[in-house]
This record gives sequence, structure tokens and C-alpha cells, in this order.
Amino acid sequence: MILVWLIAILLVAGILAEISGRISTLWPRVISLAAVILDFAIALVLWRGHSAEITLATQNEWFKEVDWSWVPQYGIHFHLAMDGLSLLMIVLTFLLGIMSVLASWNEIQEGVGFFHLNLMWILAGIVGVFLSVDLFLFYFMWELMLVPMYFLIAIWGHERRIYAAVKFFIFTQISGLLMLIAILTLYFIHHSVTGVYSYEYKDLLGTALTPHTAMLLMLGFFIAFAVKLPMFPFHTWLPDAHTEAPTAGSVILAGLLLKTGAYGMLRFVVPLFPGAAHQFAPIAMLLGVIGIIYGSVLAFGQTDLKRLVAYTSVSHLGFALVGIFAWNPIALQGVLIVMIAHGISTGALFMLVGGLQERTHTREMDRLRGLWATVPVMSGVVMFFAIASIGLPGLGDFVGEFLTLLGTYRVSLGVTVAAVIGILISTLYALKVIQRAFHGPNAHVWSLPDLGKRELLMMIPMMLILLWIGLYPQPLFRTFEPAMRKLQQYAAPQPVLTAVPETHQLSYDQNGLPGINRR
Amino acid sequence: MNATDLIAMLPLLVVTAAAVVVMVAICIRRSHLLAVWLTAAGLIVAFVSLWKAASVSPAQVTPLLIIDDYALFYIGLIIAATLVTVILSYGYLENQQGYREELYVLILTAALGSSVMVASNHFVSFFLGLEILSVALYAMNAYVCNRKLPLEAGIKYLVLAAVSAAFLLFGMALIYAQLGTLQFGQIASMLMGGIAYEKSLIYPGMALMITGIGFKLAVVPFHMWTPDVYEGAPAPVTAFVATVSKGGMVALLLRYFYETGAYRLHSVFVVFSIIAIASMIAGNLLALLQSNVKRILAYSSIAHLGYILVAFLAGGNRAAEAVTIYLVAYFVTTLGAFGVVSVLSNGERDADSIEDYESLFWRRPVLAGIFTLMLLSLAGIPLTAGFIGKFFVVASGTSSSLYGLVFVLVVTSVVGLFYYLRILVALYRSLAETAKTVPAALPSLSRSGSFVLAGLTVLLVWIGVYPGPFLDIIQHAVSTLRIF
Repeated sequence: MILVWLIAILLVAGILAEISGRISTLWPRVISLAAVILDFAIALVLWRGHSAEITLATQNEWFKEVDWSWVPQYGIHFHLAMDGLSLLMIVLTFLLGIMSVLASWNEIQEGVGFFHLNLMWILAGIVGVFLSVDLFLFYFMWELMLVPMYFLIAIWGHERRIYAAVKFFIFTQISGLLMLIAILTLYFIHHSVTGVYSYEYKDLLGTALTPHTAMLLMLGFFIAFAVKLPMFPFHTWLPDAHTEAPTAGSVILAGLLLKTGAYGMLRFVVPLFPGAAHQFAPIAMLLGVIGIIYGSVLAFGQTDLKRLVAYTSVSHLGFALVGIFAWNPIALQGVLIVMIAHGISTGALFMLVGGLQERTHTREMDRLRGLWATVPVMSGVVMFFAIASIGLPGLGDFVGEFLTLLGTYRVSLGVTVAAVIGILISTLYALKVIQRAFHGPNAHVWSLPDLGKRELLMMIPMMLILLWIGLYPQPLFRTFEPAMRKLQQYAAPQPVLTAVPETHQLSYDQNGLPGINRR
Repeated sequence: MNATDLIAMLPLLVVTAAAVVVMVAICIRRSHLLAVWLTAAGLIVAFVSLWKAASVSPAQVTPLLIIDDYALFYIGLIIAATLVTVILSYGYLENQQGYREELYVLILTAALGSSVMVASNHFVSFFLGLEILSVALYAMNAYVCNRKLPLEAGIKYLVLAAVSAAFLLFGMALIYAQLGTLQFGQIASMLMGGIAYEKSLIYPGMALMITGIGFKLAVVPFHMWTPDVYEGAPAPVTAFVATVSKGGMVALLLRYFYETGAYRLHSVFVVFSIIAIASMIAGNLLALLQSNVKRILAYSSIAHLGYILVAFLAGGNRAAEAVTIYLVAYFVTTLGAFGVVSVLSNGERDADSIEDYESLFWRRPVLAGIFTLMLLSLAGIPLTAGFIGKFFVVASGTSSSLYGLVFVLVVTSVVGLFYYLRILVALYRSLAETAKTVPAALPSLSRSGSFVLAGLTVLLVWIGVYPGPFLDIIQHAVSTLRIF
């Protein structure tokens, strides 16, 4: 029941925000903030309260679930369930949710009520995606988060917002529909084999498929998630959408929406179609590596600060894709950390760029220059997140990328080497940002207010969290591990992992598993 | 004819009686409000009498009409949609010059024609229902006769509908000449009997009938009249044409092709596949070129009928269910969309250009919100009925492995997003950008209009979120269809 509340609180808060928006511009902000904080607290309580169940791999990996019959005639259930993976994703969702409400506190002045309605409903859709284990419900939620995002970009975005919003919508819609065909085909095949109509995740796992069908269905799912991720060559919507969206929109896009793609790959693509995924792994990893390098190179070439940050996402999520298709425990743990750390560091960068734009009304690096003199604290914070995002040891992103590379190394040396080159290029763009925008003489004579209390209130926790993940990621590993083991078990019928003593969390892969385990 | 037959026919009789009562009432006292109340009362009584009729169903009343739960379900749908049209017409006609009351007689007659169609399992009642519907529609399209466009729409519809009726009639004649029967059930057993199709008159007959049916459904290549009639006819009448007239024909299409088993004929399948693909592609692509909201909705309805044909081609009980679900969603959505158009229209012209909708959200947030939901439903986005409809259509297509058709559906429906989004973009454009072009005053919203729109919106979201109860009813209704 608590899982339903997580979503319902957001939906109701959205409606209240819209209504109260008629009276004042303050109420929608307060209501939304309260709702997201409440949800965040619930998620943390769940995490603490179930730490024993989460870390001990029990028979059933869902430690919380709600299963209501929804459309019984067609075997559709309203089935939400939570394991370690979805728990972590949800904590991230609410954390960035709080940040995005705070980030739009001053930025949004027009249609405040409706803005927060959209914001809350996007978050609700994302939570739904992370919790659904009924494929119909999953698709429902998947589509549900698009519409408010479209409005967010199209109404409150920057200059080319309409173009960006329509492009975003079309890309995600067509890929989603391909996934719908794949879901339905799987559903009917499952029915023809077992005689049961079911969209239930666990029922559909291990449906007997011919290799050819499995490959096609896998591609149907894969493309939907790859567009969201975004994977080269389906990434072209991303720079536009991220650049034109208001700050809160960019934070949610980069921090959360992209993660739904990676989550979908982890949860659905590989476990549902292990054989096909194994066959496809080299191609996926290759595309991932191309994304890593291509994203960094393009980021380096940008003059628009926000666009630059947007392209770095293409690069970072390339690591997630490579790690997922390496599919060994080390790489998967790495992917998880990449997802979380990227959400925080890129989210923070978008908020900082948004803050700069509020102050200077430009995002062009050449027009900024020499800001360090006038906004030292802000510049320092940008520096912190920029080097976090290129993977400085001691910060979260490093752990993720390191583990992903370590895991990938066991599968493919070439891919690993190429990915490392990508990291190298990322140093260039990070340095470029710092040099161009912050160092040097203050040629345009900027005189700007430094970070205010509200902004510091957002930045300091995010810096601390990154530091925490960088220095002591163990709690995250421990939360994710049983869920990961289950996923691996679904992807390979024979259990390949044995229980591991806690002190050797990262050394359990004795055999050097080659990629996805063939069924 | 005995008492049971009369009870079975009660809904049809009540609608007929209502038309006569309204006509007489107009002779005695000309009052717009009175006419609307009498019409609405007649429709509500007819709706209630469905339950009475259901107690004796299925009943074959004369060789012409079959009153089974399938027919009753569709009659209910038609009556409900007619009621919505009537209420919308009231608000719309209040702004118009000239006599208003006769429209309701025409609406009731047209509803009767459509109801006869969904209950027919005989060529005679098929044609009778179609003509009752069409003749009423000629006048309805041109009802606001002091403007040019409605007259053009009326003439266009008159000429083309008459021609297509002739095609249909000729097709029926050819089939009758070959098989010697007009009854769907007997046609089925004769088709099963195995005749040399290639040499028979069955194929030409079917082809001519499909022409006539295709015209009423407005599918490509029989769609030419649609944009002009949609644009020209008064907004509530357009809503009626889009829903009741097409819906009746879809119900009949299902019954005719499923009960005679004709949908199994390979060439029929091929012809309908081509029609479906052409409709989906042409409808969606041509809509992109329009800047008139009514014309956009016209082309989008062509595409939607293409989607329905995909489900129809899947064949079988589940497909009939999918068609019906889609149609219910389409009814609610289309009525809602044209409802918004008609409440925004004034005495001089309909609110049909995109400029009429610029920045509507900042001036009329609720109305814009309703229109948004309707457009999203047309695009098949979750939380709305359109999503459920689209889902079931895609599902029935995939279950029969019609991957080619489903693929076309997916791709073209994404093309369709462009023009729905175009209207949405206009709705939400900020006032600062459009201050010059936007008309200063909007017509005030009538109470009846807002009531109807609110009801449709609730229904739209209800079907979109919790379709279970509706599916139960639909499943039961469709199960009475005797599919060969």
C-alpha cells in the first residue's frame, strides 16, 4: 500500500498545486516541496526499515509489493513491487525531485500552478516506471511521464522550445510504440504456450521463444530504452531537449528520465531475453563506446554551456550501456553507481548553469569569462561537479566508471581501452568549461551575486552525497546486490553466484564470467 | 408481430415517437427550450427502455431486425451520443439566427436510422436504416442556411451519399441475384456451401457494397467529402456525423462481414487491408497540411477509421471487442473535441481556425484542459480512453499476426502526433506572444455546454484509468454476435 502512496501523494500534490496556483505563486511551490520531501522521507524509512530484508536475499526479491487486479478480463494487474534496485532509483528520484522544485523557485514566474502540476506528475510517472512489474502498467507509466515533460519544455523552455519539445515527444513515442508491439507479442506468445493471459513480469520471464523471435522482441524493448538512455545514434533529441528545457526540466531529464532507459535494460531487456541479449551484446557495447567517445567529443565542441552538459550525458550513459551488456557483477554494480552519481553531478551542473543563466541571461561561454572573480563560491562548486563528472577519485562518478571498466575488461579489452579514451576527452571539456567561463580576466565586467542560501542548501547536500558515494559506496552495493543476483539468475537459469562474505563484496566473480551468461 | 416483438423494439419505437412528438410540439408552440427538453426526454426514455428490451433479447423481430445485446449496446451508444449532440446543439443554436427547433426532429430521425442499421441482419433493413440516416443528414449539414459553407457541405453530402447508396444497392442486388437471399444468416450458409467465387457475382457485389460502406465510413479512397462536410456543417452536426453516422456503419460492418463469414474471403481481406493502410497514411499525412481545426479532425477521423479496420481485419470475438472499445473511446473523444469547438463558436462562424485556440489555456484554463485531454486521447496517450482503445487495437492486430498493418499504424500514428501537438502548442502559447492576433472576447460558456463537456471528460478519464466495467459490458454485448 505504501508504494501506492508514493505515487498518489505526488498526483494529489500536483492537483492541489494547480488549484492553489490561482491564489498565489507561493503555495504551489510549498505544496510540491512538502510532497516530495514527504515521499523522500518515506523512501528513506523504507530503506532503513527493511535493510535486513534487502540485504539478505530472500526467496522473493520484492520486499514491498501491491498487487491489485486492474483489468481482469485481460490479465492486467496494478502490480507495484520494490527491490533494492528500484528502491535506490526511487530515493534518487525524490532527491532530484526536491532539487528541481527548489531550482525553479525563482526561475518560474508564469503559470506556477500548472508548472508544478506537470513537475509532480512527471515524478509520479517516473516512480511508476521504477516500481511497475506488470508490463501493461509499465508501458502506461512509461507513456504517462512524457506528456507533462512535453509541457514543461514547450511552455517554460527557452528559445527553440517548441522544436525541442516536439522532437522529444516524437522520438520517445515511436520507440515506445515499438516496445508496445514487443510487449503484446510476448504476451500472446506466453498465452499460446501456457494458456494464461498475463502481463506479469515474473510470468513472462523464461517464456519459450525461438531465437529469431527473441531477437526481434529484444530489439523492440532495446530501442525504446536506447532512445531514452540515449544511445548513439538515437541521441539527437537529447541536446535539444536538455538545452531548451527549464532548469527543473533538465535536471529531471538528465537525472531521472535517462535512468529509466538504463533501468529498463537492467530489468527487462536482459532478463526477459537472455539469449538474444547475449548475441547482441557486442553490438550494444560497441554503440555504447561510440556514445562515450562521440558524446565527449561533441561536448568539447560546444560553446553553449548547457548544451555541453547535455552532451556529457550521452557520454556518461554510454558507460551504463557498456556495463549492462558486460553483465557481470562488478560491471553491474558500476552501472548502478554511474546511474546515481551521474544523476547527482549532472543534475547539479544543470542547476548551476541555470543559476548562471538567471544571473547573466546567457549560456555562451565566450560571453561569460572570468567569473571566478565575481562569483567565487559558485565557480568553486561548478569546479567540484565538473571534476566529479570526469571521474576524480574520491567522488561518486569515479567509483561507477572504474567498476564498469573493471567489469568490462573481463569481457572485452578493446571496449575498455576505447572507453578509457573517452574519459580522457572528458577531461578536456571539463577543463574547457573552467578555463573559458571562470578563469581569465573578467573582460565583460560581470558583477553578479554569488550563490544564495537556497542554492547552497541544494548544492551542499549533493556535494556531500557524491563524496559519500566516492568514499563509502558499500551501502549502495549491499542494497543492490540481492536484486542484482536475482536479475542474473533470471538471465541464466543456473545460479552462477554463491553467497559472498560481506568483506569481499567485490571479489566474488572468481570465474571471470564472459558477458551475459548464455541460457 | 406479438407483444415480445414490441418490447424488443421499444427503444426504436420510443425514438420514433419522440420525433413525432417534437414535430407536433413545434406546430403548437415554437420554443427552442421546449423542443430540446422533449427531445432529451425522449432519448432518456429510449435509453431506459433498453433494459426492458434486454429482458427479451435476443429476439428476431420480423426477418429484418435482430434485437440482440450487441444491437442494444450500440443503440445505447447511439442514443447517448445523440443526447450529447442535442445538448451541444442547444448552446450552439442559441447564438444562431432563424428557426432552430426542426433540427431536433432531424437529429432524432437520423438516430433512428443509425439504430435500425445496428439492429439489421437483412439487406432491406440495412438499406432502410442507411437512407433514414442519410436523408436526415442532408438537411442537418445545411441547417444553418444563412451561411455559405453549410450549404456547400449539404449539397456535397447529398450528391455523394446518393451515389454511394446507389452503389450499395447495386451490390446488394448482385449478391441477391447470385444467392437468392437477403438474410445475413442464409448468405453465410451459402458462402460456406462453396461456390465458384471467381465466376460468380459475389465479388462484384462485395466490391460495390464496400464502396457504399466505405463512403459512410469515410475511408480512403471514399473520403473526399469528409473535410468539406466537417468544415462546413455546424459543429454539433459534425460531431454527430463523426460519431453516430460512422459508428452505426462500423457496427453494421462487423455484423455483416462477421455473421456472413465474408471477412474470411481472401480478396475481401486484401481490399480492406489496402483501404486501412491508405486511410492511415493519407489521413495522417493530409492532416499535417491543414490549418483548420475541423479539417484536421476530419482527416484524423479518416486515420482513426483506418485503425479500426486493422482491428476489424484481425477477425473473431476479441477483434470485435477491440473495435467496439475503440469506437466507444472514439465517440467520447470526438464528441468532446467537437463540443469544445461548438462552445467556442459564435453566431457568425465556427471556431475552426487554429488562431481561435491561441493562448486559450491562459484565458480559459479548464476548457483548454478539456481540449488537451481530448487531443491526447485522439493521440492515444495514457490516462485517456484513446490509449485503451489504441492498446486493444494494437493488441488484436498483433494477436492475429498482422504485423504489417500494426507497423503502419504505429508509424502513422506518430505522424499524427505532429498535428495534435500543433494544436496543443497553440493552446499553450503565452499571451504575450499572441496579444495582437487573439480576439479580445470569448463567448461565454453555456451551462449546458459545460455540463456535457465535464461529463465527457470524466468518462474519458474513467475509461482511460479503469476500463474494467466497460470491458465487461462490451465483452458481453459482443459475445452475442454470431461470428462465422
